[in-house]
Amino acid sequence: MADEVQASDADGEESSRRDFLYLATLAAGAGLGGAFVWPLIDSMNPAADVLALSSIEVDIGSIVAGQGITVKWRGKPVFIRHRTAGEIQQARADDAAELPDRQADADRVERPEWLILVGVCTHLGCIPLGQKTGDPKGEFGGWFCPCHGSHYDTSGRIRKGPAPENLAVPHYTFLADGIVRIG
Amino acid sequence: MATRTEFKNPLIRWVDDRLPVFTYLDHEYNQFPMPKNLNYWWNFGALASVVLVLMIVTGIVLAMQYTAHVDLAFESVDRIRRDVNYGWLLQYIHMNGASMFFIVVFIHLFRGMYYGSYKAPRELLWMLGVVIVLLMMGTSFMGYVLPWGQMSFWGATVITNLFSAIPWVGDAIVTWLWGGFSVDNPTLNRFFALHYLLPFVLFAVVGLHVVAVHVTGSNNPTGIDVQAPRDTVSFHPYFTAKDSVGLVAFLMFFAAVVFFAPNLFGEPDNYIKANPLQTPAHIVPEWYFLPFYAILRAVPHKLLGVIAMFASIAVLFVLPWLDRSKVRSANYRPIHNGLFWIFLADCLFLGYIGANPAEGWFVWGGRIGTIWYFAHFLVLVPLVSMFERPRPLPASISEPVLKEKR
Ligand code: HEM
Ligand code: FES
Repeated sequence: MADEVQASDADGEESSRRDFLYLATLAAGAGLGGAFVWPLIDSMNPAADVLALSSIEVDIGSIVAGQGITVKWRGKPVFIRHRTAGEIQQARADDAAELPDRQADADRVERPEWLILVGVCTHLGCIPLGQKTGDPKGEFGGWFCPCHGSHYDTSGRIRKGPAPENLAVPHYTFLADGIVRIG
Repeated sequence: MATRTEFKNPLIRWVDDRLPVFTYLDHEYNQFPMPKNLNYWWNFGALASVVLVLMIVTGIVLAMQYTAHVDLAFESVDRIRRDVNYGWLLQYIHMNGASMFFIVVFIHLFRGMYYGSYKAPRELLWMLGVVIVLLMMGTSFMGYVLPWGQMSFWGATVITNLFSAIPWVGDAIVTWLWGGFSVDNPTLNRFFALHYLLPFVLFAVVGLHVVAVHVTGSNNPTGIDVQAPRDTVSFHPYFTAKDSVGLVAFLMFFAAVVFFAPNLFGEPDNYIKANPLQTPAHIVPEWYFLPFYAILRAVPHKLLGVIAMFASIAVLFVLPWLDRSKVRSANYRPIHNGLFWIFLADCLFLGYIGANPAEGWFVWGGRIGTIWYFAHFLVLVPLVSMFERPRPLPASISEPVLKEKR
């Protein structure tokens, strides 16, 4: 046994064969380890039942102009606002104002009277005020985030404060009259 | 760790000068001298370590999805199997991993018995092993309760009720274990807390166990001490390679069970949600408890039955002193060798009895098996160790190897 080991050590051919086996074993081990670790990691991603909750249908027939409701979608608030003619006009006029995250009001709504937004401040995730009648609506008549003072306008666009982006518009479709599906 | 290893890499050397972990690894897993005649039965300690790690890792991610509440636990486990990404895989690995753990550790334990590894100077190492078995039993028992199926519930009820056999304070202890007047939500919650804790205790005790084996060095199939460096080879690459071969074979077996027979070791009744008002017709513990369950039932007295069951494990603690023979390996002890195999058969037989209802011949079969179990340790092993004439031992570990070659 001892002589064999010495003989193969002296022989370059043999030791490169051993290096190959060594590397191949390590690679197989790494592959196996990875194949085991991935299920562990992926199990922490949203499960099938969580994904199944990813769209909701909302009856908006009873919301009169000037009113808004908040619904929960994927654990987050979604603002659905029935805008007044004045608000729509203001939002369109502001297309020309100074916008940190420039976007036209027409690109943010499917029907001008319905503004649908993810109600999560794009700064650090608080929920802006402005949904209830007594709430402060900020300097631009939309929403005001109390956490660090971000002001959003009547199109949900960021106008002032630390938030970098406009309030996000979720994917939605109007089904029959008065029903909207979010997600 | 008298001499330090000189490392070339300056960063490794910097760390090693301050905290000699690399020296430790190099000594214990690279240069460490192993008897050169170890067979594959010496793989099972390493396999058990791997299973322990697998159990802890899968357990942690399962705990992220599990709900410890009587109204939700059963459904949350169902959700893991159906909805969570790879949840079926992780749950089956964890569930069957417990059985694999016991298979591996039982083989490891019988290996120690056969080759006399419990004898001086390895008594503490052996006793730590027995502590490990006890911890494993506690952990797996409480883990089995968590899915809150019928077997979970009734297993928990029966096992906790064992303590009611204790005179005077028994009932108070059982109420305390339950946190109520039956196995219920408080019980489930504390079992979950403990089931999360115990594997880490187990990990620590395994750590001590491995430190201990590195103090004495491994025993070997001849049972005689290492005398010279020519009796040993270094841990790396010889045993890293040999352990890897065994590991691959074992993982193939493990994977085959997980993928093709995931319910092989399970009880179908545990897929029925726990019902505190109805006991399943035939209730049996998990297979690895069956021999002990048979011993419990063999004694026709509540308290004595419980004592016998615990004694059947406790007796392992004193095995190093019951066996007086200086010769370790059963290869050189003809009578002890025979006893060993009869004892192994007796354990399997008791397992078979434990799986069957306590009626007809199973009753006295269980009694005979139980009597043999204790007689083995308390009478036969001590007597044989005093009077048996061992076969001549080889002069050194190398001698038989060299002879074979000639
Ligand atoms: C979690 C379970 C366990 C783990 C992870 C474990 C780990 C190990 C390892 C890595 C070794 C060295 C390699 C080997 O000889 O196989 C070892 C040796 C040993 N173990 Fe365990 N062990 C466990 C349970 C037990 C149990 C239950 C017993 C007996 C009651 C036991 C008794 C021994 C003895 C006596 C040795 C030295 C064997 C020899 O050198 O011949 N172990 N263990
Ligand atoms: S989170 Fe809204 S302003 Fe900071």
